[in-house]
Amino acid sequence: MSQIRLGTNAVNTWCPGCGNFAILNAFKSALAELNAEGLPLENVVLVSGIGCHAKIVDYLSLNSFYSIHGRVTPAAEGIKLANPNIKVIGFAGDGDAYGEGIEHLIFAAKRNIDITMIIHNNRVYGLTTGQYTPTSPLGFKGRSTPFGTRELPVNPLELMLASGATFLARGTSHGSELLKKIFKAAILHKGFSLVDVLQVCFTYFNMYEYYDKHVYDLAEHDPQDYNQALNKIREWDYNSDSRIALGVFYKKEIPTFEERFLSKNKKAIDRDVKINEFLETSI
Amino acid sequence: MRNEFSLLIGGKAGFGIDKSGMILARIFNLLGLRLYVYRDYPSIIRGGHTFSIIRASENRIATHKDKIDFMLALNQDTFNFHKERLEDNSVVIYDADAVKVAGLSNPAKALGLPITNIVKAENASEVMRNTCIIGAFVKAGGIKWDILEKVLKKEFSKDIDLNLKVARRGYDESKESLRIRSASGKALPLLSGNQAISLGLVKAGLDVFIAYPMTPTSPILHFLAEVSEDFGFEVIHPESEIGVILMALGFSYMGKRVAVGTSGGGFCLMTEGLSFAGMSELPITIIVGQRPGPSTGLPTYSAQTELHFVITAGQGEFPRFVVAPGDAEEAYFWSSQAMNISWKYQVPAIILSDKNMGEGVFNFDIDSVHEIKQDAPYLWDKSSTYKRYQLAENGVSALAFPPEKEAVIKINSYEHDEYGITTEDSGQAILMQNKRLAKERYMQNELEKLETVKVYGDKFAQISLLCWGSNKGVCIEAAEIFGLKVIQPLVFCPFPLEQFQKALNGVKKLVCVESNATGQLCQLIKTHGFHVDEQILKYDGRPFSLDELEQKIRGIIK
Repeated sequence: MSQIRLGTNAVNTWCPGCGNFAILNAFKSALAELNAEGLPLENVVLVSGIGCHAKIVDYLSLNSFYSIHGRVTPAAEGIKLANPNIKVIGFAGDGDAYGEGIEHLIFAAKRNIDITMIIHNNRVYGLTTGQYTPTSPLGFKGRSTPFGTRELPVNPLELMLASGATFLARGTSHGSELLKKIFKAAILHKGFSLVDVLQVCFTYFNMYEYYDKHVYDLAEHDPQDYNQALNKIREWDYNSDSRIALGVFYKKEIPTFEERFLSKNKKAIDRDVKINEFLETSI
Repeated sequence: MRNEFSLLIGGKAGFGIDKSGMILARIFNLLGLRLYVYRDYPSIIRGGHTFSIIRASENRIATHKDKIDFMLALNQDTFNFHKERLEDNSVVIYDADAVKVAGLSNPAKALGLPITNIVKAENASEVMRNTCIIGAFVKAGGIKWDILEKVLKKEFSKDIDLNLKVARRGYDESKESLRIRSASGKALPLLSGNQAISLGLVKAGLDVFIAYPMTPTSPILHFLAEVSEDFGFEVIHPESEIGVILMALGFSYMGKRVAVGTSGGGFCLMTEGLSFAGMSELPITIIVGQRPGPSTGLPTYSAQTELHFVITAGQGEFPRFVVAPGDAEEAYFWSSQAMNISWKYQVPAIILSDKNMGEGVFNFDIDSVHEIKQDAPYLWDKSSTYKRYQLAENGVSALAFPPEKEAVIKINSYEHDEYGITTEDSGQAILMQNKRLAKERYMQNELEKLETVKVYGDKFAQISLLCWGSNKGVCIEAAEIFGLKVIQPLVFCPFPLEQFQKALNGVKKLVCVESNATGQLCQLIKTHGFHVDEQILKYDGRPFSLDELEQKIRGIIK
């Protein structure tokens, strides 16, 4: 268990039974292990969006950037590019990351920037009291769709694979040991990693029983193999009643954005001299 | 009559008119003349009509005139569209293979050269018709060949020999017709407003520039990207303006001096990020280049329509700094100041530019720029537990940046306590709102030490023009004609009440000159209790020419 103090004085306001507790606890355990293995806690920056998920940063005594709805990803990218030694972990809801902020997620995956996105995918808007999200199943009856949705959900992992993400995994809020392992692996992965957590909203979309019946752990799966990963990711489309695989679907190491991007030339430059030189050439 | 003249060069978009404009400007610069370049181009890549007007004078200038002394016509449109600008003594140099000139009052002043054929005979590309016509002009203006050679060698790294050859053909086949006198001025660097803004940011310690391309500030993105390796900073072009501002705020949180650039439409997308910066007290510098709207409007033309927008943009109430420079020196000085102020007070700083300001070309005299003071931001001294939003009389809390062993650094878009943890407590909400707003008063006091409202012309005149941004140059020149005063506020947030009041001393009639349809500055000063007597408004996207403004003022002052 955790030897480090990660809590704050903030009062936890998640509903009893909320799947976010599992994410918080698994994350704390993962971080404690990483810390014991040599990751200084001051080198961690958490970023969150807006929604129930986002409160997680108030509950952790770590550097944090509590941003706005849909905008976790670009903020996380800026922080990473400012100092590539920082471990940047973004927490976002499914409405946040897959709805309002989907463009940013696609581009971060495309860049393979070394950040970790943990998606609290409860497939419903909790904080705004129960509307459908991009991953709600067809026919979902929410407060904005009282007669059921008329659109199919998106499969976020398939979209992320197509976008160029190099680490993709899924967990649930019933299974914190697996979740801890996945979080650790995602944080340690060099490149863009995303963990889709089937986090249950106890109040507006209680899927505990459903998930318990359908989930299974990936075994004899080679995450280096793109086609295997694609097949396993497509096994469940977030709508039908098929089996739901948990674990790491895909993992590949390729150069990251910050490696390709940051200029090597870091020697001190006298800007006044440079400005004068430029002005000389502008006559 | 003072030593000055205007030249117009025109052709189709894609003809290289811009580059030719710069070559001509550099030639005049070497003659010791002072310059202003107006660039007019449509929102298309090839075709359409594009032209530059280069005005040169022995005095400092920052505007163009309607009438021209030289026309360089590479196509028929140039002649047809601009022949009204010609006067009796104006010289028209044209490609006789492409242009027919008719109806000139003084046909002797027309000089047609078979430019298309010359270029063909030399096996040169069509774009070199520019070099040929410039060669012809240099001879016509009585300018020494050496000067042209020097400028061409500087402008063309490749094909210089062929360019020189084509220019020489133009030169040899031309004849002197209107001698351009050189002046005693020292040749000064020629900068676009966009370059001056960029250099100001560099001077203020820019670490990162982030932008999504949008006219008229894309040239800042291009310029900074080009020189980034040399000056040692980063330039990023992300997926959208929303991505731009959020990424920038990530950098800001890490202590990096960051600026972003856009126009009105892109700024619309940035406003949620702007409000977030206000709440979380993350410093950021935003350049907004104005162009006529609403919506896409006239994308490659100019306007002064976002004054109210930038002052009020973003939900909630938070302090900000807004400045609108009016020439290259002001652009350099105030961009630098904007970044410093944003870090000192942990507020967003907005530099309001426009197409004429950004893409106009000016002589830049760095010696005339006030000294730029760099105050270090207020940093945590590690003497007590770190609180990102520690209450302070002036509202400014100490900054710390990750990784910091002894500190947990939390910023928050929600209302928060001193540690940065979310709160909905009523007492905390009031304390924190007061803390943020306190910064504005301190910022205002400091700004009183700088010249935030400028006065030109006859300082005792009872009639004064009131202008802002890129209209500064034309107003100063027009005021000179009538012996008027000119008042130019530079800073709009926080509004420099004292200096503005002082500038108005003795003024009986205030005439507000703006490039918009509703008189935004006029409305703004009204909210501060000041009254404008007359308005001169222009909203066709084009800048006031000196002649045009002169006529409008004449109508008002009788």
